Amino acid sequence: MGSPILVYWASKLLKIITSHSNYSSLMKWKLLLLALLCLGYSGNAQKYFPKNDGVKASNNNYTALTNARIYVSPTQVIDKGTLLFHEGRVVGVGKRVDVPSNSEVIDLEGKSVYPSFIDIFSSFGVEQAKRNPSRGRTAQYEPSREGFYWNDHIMPENAAISSYKFDTKSAKDLRALGFGVVNSHIQDGIVRGTGVLLALNEEGNDSERILEDASGQYLSFDRSIAKAQSYPTSLMGSMALLRQMYHDAEWYNGGNVTTTDRSLEALIRNKNQVQFFAAGDNGHVLRADKIGDSFGIQYVILAGGQEYENIGDIKATMASLVVPLNFPEAFDVSNPYQANYVSLEDMRHWNHAPSNPGVLEKNDISFAFTLEGLKNSKDIHKNIRRAMEYGLSETRALEALTTEPARLLKKSEEIGTLDVGRYANFLITSGPIFEEETTLYENWVMGKRHVLADMNQKDIRGEYALSAGGKDFALSVTGTPASPKLEVKKGEEVLKSKITYENDWVLASFSDGSDSYRTTALVDKSTENLNGKMVLPDGSETRFTARKTGDFKAETKESDSKKGVPELLPLSYPNVGYGYLKLPEQEDILFKNATVWTGEAEGTLLNTDVLIKKGKITKIGSNLSAGGARVVDATGKHLTAGIIDEHTHIAGLAINEAGHNSSAEVKMTDVLDPEDIDIYRNLGGGVTSAQLLHGSANPIGGRSAIFKLKWGRSASEMIYTDMPKFIKFALGENVKQSNWQSFDRFPQTRMGVEQVFENYFQRAKEYQVLKDSGKPYRYDEEMEVLAEILRGERHISCHSYVQSEINMLMKLADRMDFKVNTFTHILEGYKVADKMAEHGVGGSTFSDWWAYKYEVKDAIPYNAAIMHSQGVTVAINSDDNEMSRRLNQEAGKTVKYGGLSEEEAWKTVTLNPAKLLHIDDRVGSIKVGKDADLVLWSDHPLSVYAVAETTYIEGVPYFDRSEDARLQQRMTEERSKLTEMMLDEKAGGAAVRPPRQKQKRTFTCDSL
Amino acid sequence: MKSYIASTFILLLCLAKAWGQQTPAAAQSETISITGATLHLGNGEIVENGTVTFTDGTITAIGAGLQGNGRVIDATGKHVYPGFIAPGKSLGLIEINAVRASNDQDEIGTMIPHVRSIIAYNAESQVVESMRPNGVLLGQIAPQGGRISGTSSIVQFDAWNWEDAIVKEDDGVHLHWPGSFRRGRWWMGEPRGFQPNSDYETQKQEVLNFISNSKVYGAGKSEEVNPAFRAMQGLFTGTQTLYLYANGEREIIDGISELKAAGIQKVVLVGGYEAYKIPDFLKSHNIPVLVNFTHNLPNLNDDAYDLPYRLPKLLDEAGLLVGIQNVDAENFQTRNLPFYAGQVVGQGLDKEKALAMISGNTAQILGIDNRYGTLATGKSATLFISEGDALDMRGNQLTHAFIEGRELSLETHQTELWKRYMGKYNQE
Repeated sequence: MGSPILVYWASKLLKIITSHSNYSSLMKWKLLLLALLCLGYSGNAQKYFPKNDGVKASNNNYTALTNARIYVSPTQVIDKGTLLFHEGRVVGVGKRVDVPSNSEVIDLEGKSVYPSFIDIFSSFGVEQAKRNPSRGRTAQYEPSREGFYWNDHIMPENAAISSYKFDTKSAKDLRALGFGVVNSHIQDGIVRGTGVLLALNEEGNDSERILEDASGQYLSFDRSIAKAQSYPTSLMGSMALLRQMYHDAEWYNGGNVTTTDRSLEALIRNKNQVQFFAAGDNGHVLRADKIGDSFGIQYVILAGGQEYENIGDIKATMASLVVPLNFPEAFDVSNPYQANYVSLEDMRHWNHAPSNPGVLEKNDISFAFTLEGLKNSKDIHKNIRRAMEYGLSETRALEALTTEPARLLKKSEEIGTLDVGRYANFLITSGPIFEEETTLYENWVMGKRHVLADMNQKDIRGEYALSAGGKDFALSVTGTPASPKLEVKKGEEVLKSKITYENDWVLASFSDGSDSYRTTALVDKSTENLNGKMVLPDGSETRFTARKTGDFKAETKESDSKKGVPELLPLSYPNVGYGYLKLPEQEDILFKNATVWTGEAEGTLLNTDVLIKKGKITKIGSNLSAGGARVVDATGKHLTAGIIDEHTHIAGLAINEAGHNSSAEVKMTDVLDPEDIDIYRNLGGGVTSAQLLHGSANPIGGRSAIFKLKWGRSASEMIYTDMPKFIKFALGENVKQSNWQSFDRFPQTRMGVEQVFENYFQRAKEYQVLKDSGKPYRYDEEMEVLAEILRGERHISCHSYVQSEINMLMKLADRMDFKVNTFTHILEGYKVADKMAEHGVGGSTFSDWWAYKYEVKDAIPYNAAIMHSQGVTVAINSDDNEMSRRLNQEAGKTVKYGGLSEEEAWKTVTLNPAKLLHIDDRVGSIKVGKDADLVLWSDHPLSVYAVAETTYIEGVPYFDRSEDARLQQRMTEERSKLTEMMLDEKAGGAAVRPPRQKQKRTFTCDSL
Repeated sequence: MKSYIASTFILLLCLAKAWGQQTPAAAQSETISITGATLHLGNGEIVENGTVTFTDGTITAIGAGLQGNGRVIDATGKHVYPGFIAPGKSLGLIEINAVRASNDQDEIGTMIPHVRSIIAYNAESQVVESMRPNGVLLGQIAPQGGRISGTSSIVQFDAWNWEDAIVKEDDGVHLHWPGSFRRGRWWMGEPRGFQPNSDYETQKQEVLNFISNSKVYGAGKSEEVNPAFRAMQGLFTGTQTLYLYANGEREIIDGISELKAAGIQKVVLVGGYEAYKIPDFLKSHNIPVLVNFTHNLPNLNDDAYDLPYRLPKLLDEAGLLVGIQNVDAENFQTRNLPFYAGQVVGQGLDKEKALAMISGNTAQILGIDNRYGTLATGKSATLFISEGDALDMRGNQLTHAFIEGRELSLETHQTELWKRYMGKYNQE
């Protein structure tokens, strides 16, 4: 041992001195004292350090714990075993262990020993980033650092060790919860650098505690709060940045860069570290895994706690997870006006969250627990118990805190179990570790003892009889051995009472009316009774004996046995309101006697049958035979192809990557959100396919996602197979940033917009030449995408308003030898319709929007009709999650404004957008061989009176009005059940939170 | 800075140049009869093969098969409707939303009933002009924003200037009731979506204090004029209407109970998203509803996808007097007013009842039904002829429109551009 007294005085002095801060020489004093402190501790590990405060003497004794129930690992238990350790490491464990004579022996009869816990997602002792004070409206486009990566949010060079300082208070708190080792890191930025693995022993110093000074590298999708560089502003931007970073590291590692980049050097250095990715919910686990897959990296992923929703997809990632135990509180639904705001989705998550660990276990997914995400880390034991009620096994719970984190850190040889050679990091408990009645007595770290509760104190729980002042009292001592509870009864009457039990002394008091009795007793191990001194109500003192009349019986809680396994309400696809309990199935259907809007040369056919089989349209005609298909009587109804929205922003978790004026590297497929309720609402308006476009913040936007609205399916199932490649471009006020206070980003004028394109395409040409030359080149995701455009493999859908800019882009494309596929919005397309026809570009426009900004002052509702008259392929799009559900009516307006024929009008929302999206070989009209994406309408589909009754995608009824009524009914019932359960929870005294509704952002082009 | 001023100036010049409207029509000089039409009276009734005759801006005869006199317009197979009425809009107060210089719709201050829309109303707005070819001929022009936004006036859409446009001056005061829930201030790091508004009671009391002070002010004789209190007086005498903007059940109940208790004579509920839950309460207080337009998304994730489509029907079936407004939509959208009504028909409401929600009912709610909103002898000849069903985009095609018997131009900035460019292409 060091010199506790010296340490004590040194720290006292330090405190005194630091509280007087006037002297400039104070610093020197502090340093000296710090040195003294260190010296005081130095005896243990740093044996080669000189010693000047005494003679060198080391303690080579062993420690042996005997008669314990030892969990060597979660699956290997030894009853009445011995654990022997020496200099912080286990040297023997088993039934029969030779205990050397120089051993301190601790008898743990009746107690259990567990390996202590490990948290691999900790921020312990590491200085965390501070939010950068707002820099006003001026965006910072350049990095703030020199000699590092071009993006400030990439910080692999950060090392937690360099900003670490042992935090005595937090260490104590963590030990009280059972933790012995943590892997701590800086929780900020997209690449966060390495963590530090350290033990939480109080005694000793960092020379012992730090087990690994660079342990694991941490990543996330979240930009640094401390850095102001504008890129990336979006989720898909973060994803693209990570991809480019890995490419750049490879390029750098190949010796192709003449300058020094300390970030990439660190990234390369950290390559063999375990890579931890802080992902969370919303499908982010899958997103992170996908990035890893493209670069041969298997991340260990910090999940969000909703993995039970799509457990199959989670399992398929093969990733090990770190999962939080942050089960949400029930909502306070006692006020019906307010309860209304709580969405079914959130209520259901409350119901299911505690089942998440059990579901992971059942699906054989490897996971470790973390304190991260817990509002109050003290809840961890309570929440583990809760998870166990919902199916998590004790073994798996223990593994998630011991062997799993050790394995993930590749430190199984050091920590996680009590096998020989491991650190002596263990807990001593009164019983099974997760049980409520169990006391955690001691937490030993590296063989250093930390007492949490006195385990030698006798268990005094039980029933007692006491006579005092001529009255008889019955005492019942319950609770845990270390902190018992007292109930005192006089006859049937329960009296007010209080008990404390420390250092073998019991202090108990109770009052009978105004008469108060105070007792104090030193617990005598030789008798079952309690003997001591009592102060009677009259102030006189006397001896008392509380005679033990019965043993303590752990009460089986009535509520527990009554509760049984908690009820889990069924999950749905997707797991939000209006999700299906069972996914609707593909059907072979014969539509009889419909008015069929073919959208083809046949035009609109009256009293016609359409047969669909295996998701395809197989026959159109009259008096078709069903041949096993279900017959739908469509008399008086209209059958059309599903509506296709060329321009939507529904189902996106983000829309604009506004950090750069070109963002070709970002992909909307990365952020498709299959749970967006607007998918369902759009189906209700007959929409079956849509292009999720990037926003219009930049001249060169991001790559599109073209998807089918398969409500209940995953994002990858919604995206078109062999999806045509598209990218969003934009012109005009948005890219000039005219409508908000921004004056420092190029371009600020339409003149500048041309130059951005000119420059990027020129560079893409040069890039392509270099690539084709076979010489080494830096893989540039942005240039790759632009080169695709030049090669004619990727199509442009360009946000555009006024004629000058429309003309400009066509001329630029001519010069650069590519075609613009689609002008979207194109509100002045009518002024250059002839030029558009000549270029071969389509126009996808609003039916009647205008006047919302200066560049749409000449927008007219006749635009579609005029463009059509000049031979331009015209679509009507939405760019709006409300209007998209009524695109049939918007198409109807092209008849009103400019007199399109009804059949041509109908094509503006079906076949024409299909053509513009290059999917017209699959969808867009009713034609044999095309996908059975159909809508059955109650009325003429261009009429305001028409209601979409059923919407099919590939023969699957993803929306049906009568099914909708059933869904509503079921949701009402489920809400009422969950409300009941939440009210019960509140009545049971649990904490609740006020009603809230989280809502997805709704996006348009302009959303930043 | 100089170039900024210069460019603003140039922009204004451009706008000024663009602000030429169709020349307002001259007063009706001869009797006009429309014959052979389906007359949609705006009160739920319909007259087939009807004739409507008007002189000096007033309907003098109406009925089936009547002989026309004066100038006769044969409208066989066509439909005649009363001019549609758009409540609560800032038409003419803002021209181009993103151009600040064209914005006169929202004055600073939270309780400013003394701010009057009418004097800023731009009778020559191109957006106003674009209402007419769809049959929207009248509007209530209201200041926007704040708690009490100001005082509205009702105008007709074919005028030389604001005085000329007035149908009813200073008709009502617009109060936006506080919400017991509010949206998260995401820019301050709060989650989006709704959370309880802890200031609700305080905000409510501020409104009630203002109202009670206004009432007390009116009862006594103050040495100094308080313009805000003064502007509230018509609400206590019943010469003006209070337009109460509220959507939640709680807010509606609170608002109406408190305003009635405070002595406000006429209250109209604007919004009423949850009004269908408390029809009896609304009936017992005799409150009409200017309900949210149908081309809206549900407020909450779990609300029925078609609740906004059905809402007017639900209120009508509950026996309430219902008109449709689109106060939350951009002004240019107001020409879609007939289609908002048409949308409810798709949900099973009778077409003539739906029509009344943008004509007869609205006129009654706004207090201009003595002259407008329905077709009847003695009422204003503010009406139009459509080739087909005006509530449906398939039929809404105006051939003639009249305000006070004056036949107005159906051309607009937009039709002119249409014709100009079709002309260009046809020449080539």
